[in-house]
Amino acid sequence: MEPRQITLQIDHHFVTVPEGTTILDAAQKIGIDIPTLCHIDLKGTCIRNTPASCRICVVEVEGRKNLAPACATKCSDGMVVRTSTLRVMNARKVVAELILSDHPNECLTCPKAGSCDLQSLALRFNIREMPFNGGELSPRKREYTASIVRNMDKCIFCRRCESVCNEVQTVGALGAIRRGFNTTIAPAFDKMMSESECTYCGQCVAVCPVGALTERDHTNRLVEDLADPEKTVIVQTAPAVRAAIGEEFGLPAGTLATGKMVAALRELGFDYVFDTDFAADLTIMEEGAEMLDRLTRYLGGDKEVRLPILTSCCPAWVNFFEHQFPDMLDIPSTARSPQQMFGSIAKTWWAEKTGIPREKLVVVSIMPCLAKKYECDRDEFKTGGNPDVDYSITTRELARLIKRANISFTLLPDMEFDMPLGASTGAGVIFGATGGVMEAALRTVYELYTGKPLGNVNFQAVRGMAGVRRASVDLDGFELKVGIAHGLGNARHLLEDIRHGRNEYHAIEIMACPGGCIGGGGQPLHHGHSEVLYARANALYKEDAGKTLRKSHENPYIKMLYQEFLGKPMSEKAEQLLHTHYFNKSC
Amino acid sequence: MSEIKLPCDIIGKVNAICSEHGDDPKELINILHEAQHLMGYLPEEMQRLIAGRLGIPASKVYGVVTFYAFFTMTAKGKYPISVCMGTACYVRGSEKLLEEFKRVLGINVGETTPDGKFSLDCLRCVGACGLAPVVMIGDKVYGRLQPVDARHIIESLE
Ligand code: SF4
Ligand code: SF4
Ligand code: SF4
Ligand code: FES
Ligand code: FES
Repeated sequence: MEPRQITLQIDHHFVTVPEGTTILDAAQKIGIDIPTLCHIDLKGTCIRNTPASCRICVVEVEGRKNLAPACATKCSDGMVVRTSTLRVMNARKVVAELILSDHPNECLTCPKAGSCDLQSLALRFNIREMPFNGGELSPRKREYTASIVRNMDKCIFCRRCESVCNEVQTVGALGAIRRGFNTTIAPAFDKMMSESECTYCGQCVAVCPVGALTERDHTNRLVEDLADPEKTVIVQTAPAVRAAIGEEFGLPAGTLATGKMVAALRELGFDYVFDTDFAADLTIMEEGAEMLDRLTRYLGGDKEVRLPILTSCCPAWVNFFEHQFPDMLDIPSTARSPQQMFGSIAKTWWAEKTGIPREKLVVVSIMPCLAKKYECDRDEFKTGGNPDVDYSITTRELARLIKRANISFTLLPDMEFDMPLGASTGAGVIFGATGGVMEAALRTVYELYTGKPLGNVNFQAVRGMAGVRRASVDLDGFELKVGIAHGLGNARHLLEDIRHGRNEYHAIEIMACPGGCIGGGGQPLHHGHSEVLYARANALYKEDAGKTLRKSHENPYIKMLYQEFLGKPMSEKAEQLLHTHYFNKSC
Repeated sequence: MSEIKLPCDIIGKVNAICSEHGDDPKELINILHEAQHLMGYLPEEMQRLIAGRLGIPASKVYGVVTFYAFFTMTAKGKYPISVCMGTACYVRGSEKLLEEFKRVLGINVGETTPDGKFSLDCLRCVGACGLAPVVMIGDKVYGRLQPVDARHIIESLE
């Protein structure tokens, strides 16, 4: 049944909305932007935190004595709302001042400055002095993990991180502990995040309105490496970065900035600008071969083989199953993530070709992701202590670096990636959106399995934003059933089903971040606007559609890599350089 | 991960408590309440066990345990000392008395001496206001105390 429509008045404008709409959403509909702080609702995803605890969003409702929080008050027929009376403005200002009274005065050096919601409110409410003195700030925990920096002095207790980590990701690594002035957000038993079940997905960082949760920054280290004449510094860029970096320079969400990004990286002084998409194509070769191998053995009646095969390109997802499903470590594909495949090939094949010794070669990755920082640090991806990928910086860090280097991003010409590690097909590009890895795999698996050319390469059924999607593909009479999940909570449901013997799939793609990597924890902040995610995904599909080559196995440089170096997918050399194994990390 | 391992019979009892409450996360507070009676406190292992049974993150359980003053994660001493902080006792100087206990024992409220002998806590009115200020040690009530009495009492128990 359609909900009843009701009409109300906000600041002298009439607006009609379905019953159940909040004042906040009704106001937004007519362009009235009521300030919020604790509230976040990323429409179309499951990211939501609605505690109505901060009272920044208060409004006046005619006939009601006290002010009402707009984020939690439902509209009613004939309601008259005022969002900007003197009383409202003063109340909001006092609330903000109270929050600031227990907040360190560190905007000058805060990593969140410039994109901090609390800072914007202080500016917007014209707060010019601190009337309340909260006295000593309680010294709370600080922690530097490989991916995330936690500075609890700056926490305003909106509990967005807790909602995301518990409700969306079902990891439960962060929660509020203690009470009153001693409240803080921490893992169980007030341990460090590095000792918890945290997957480093970074979704808590993506929603934290202040500087309490931020990324581990490697830009200073990168600046030094770039200035070192002894070192050859090369870079790989993940697919999702090109679809988002423009936002940091005022371009509309969904602007494809591939060419400008390459130009900016050249300006910054990288010796070679390569593309993770190349490694994404390589991933499809290896993962696809593994998928086919398991499938044919399974269909041939081999009882040893377990299906479904799960993708393994998302390191947060890898951390998740290592912690939560240690009994199922044999079902994910053993293929490394594209980031690590790239590092591995760059420091072997490419380094040999160019004659650069491993210790003089610095491989940097630009990622939409915080888990990739941790992944670089994993021991199994090092040779003699030297990591395959030296370190990873996020889309946000790259944007800061470009600004710091006085580069006018929007004025840059479009440039092309260097070869050979910059060559990619459309299949590699769509890795950045949920469903993309599966679609890319299907394009290759179809042709390899049936031996026939694939007519339509667009698998619409696997695209979109629904939390779990399923599709079946006709492989010459064999019906291949695939599933896609994004967000670790959705992944958990699928995994629980598999654990209990209820499985309908041959292969499943899983990404930790809602939307896939385009919604990664290292991307420009969405500030609660889900349209941004849709626009980024569309940009990637557009880039794919514009490519001449759209199937990973058609990438000429991938062919060359196999001919010259690896032999064939899953050869001994490929196993050694491009595959990995998993560990039981349950607490 | 802490090294302490729960004794088997305690594990059995904790599991039984959870079962009685239908392994229902909504019953968490009641479960913790009963579980605390088993050893007088809620060690980390026990909280992890309960979290596992109820299918909720350990951080949730820990959040509840640290939110309510009633729950404790430290083993009580052989002589659990509770100083009354009710109004009558407070007016008659229980705060000074508490300070003296802290000083003599070298521990804070909520802590236990390293030898496991004494632990220190605060209480609300125990209904013996006529004897204010009042201290309870186990089931025994000590009344009309002066700060100097703290040392005497402790020595008498040693
Ligand atoms: S990074 Fe992900 S798993 Fe870790 S605390 Fe944040 S939301 Fe939870
Ligand atoms: S850490 Fe950030 S997201 Fe979490 S409660 Fe504090 S301010 Fe909110
Ligand atoms: S979905 Fe992508 S951005 Fe998010 S954690 Fe996984 S790999 Fe990183
Ligand atoms: S935004 Fe409405 S109460 Fe916080
Ligand atoms: S106030 Fe201490 S016993 Fe009543």
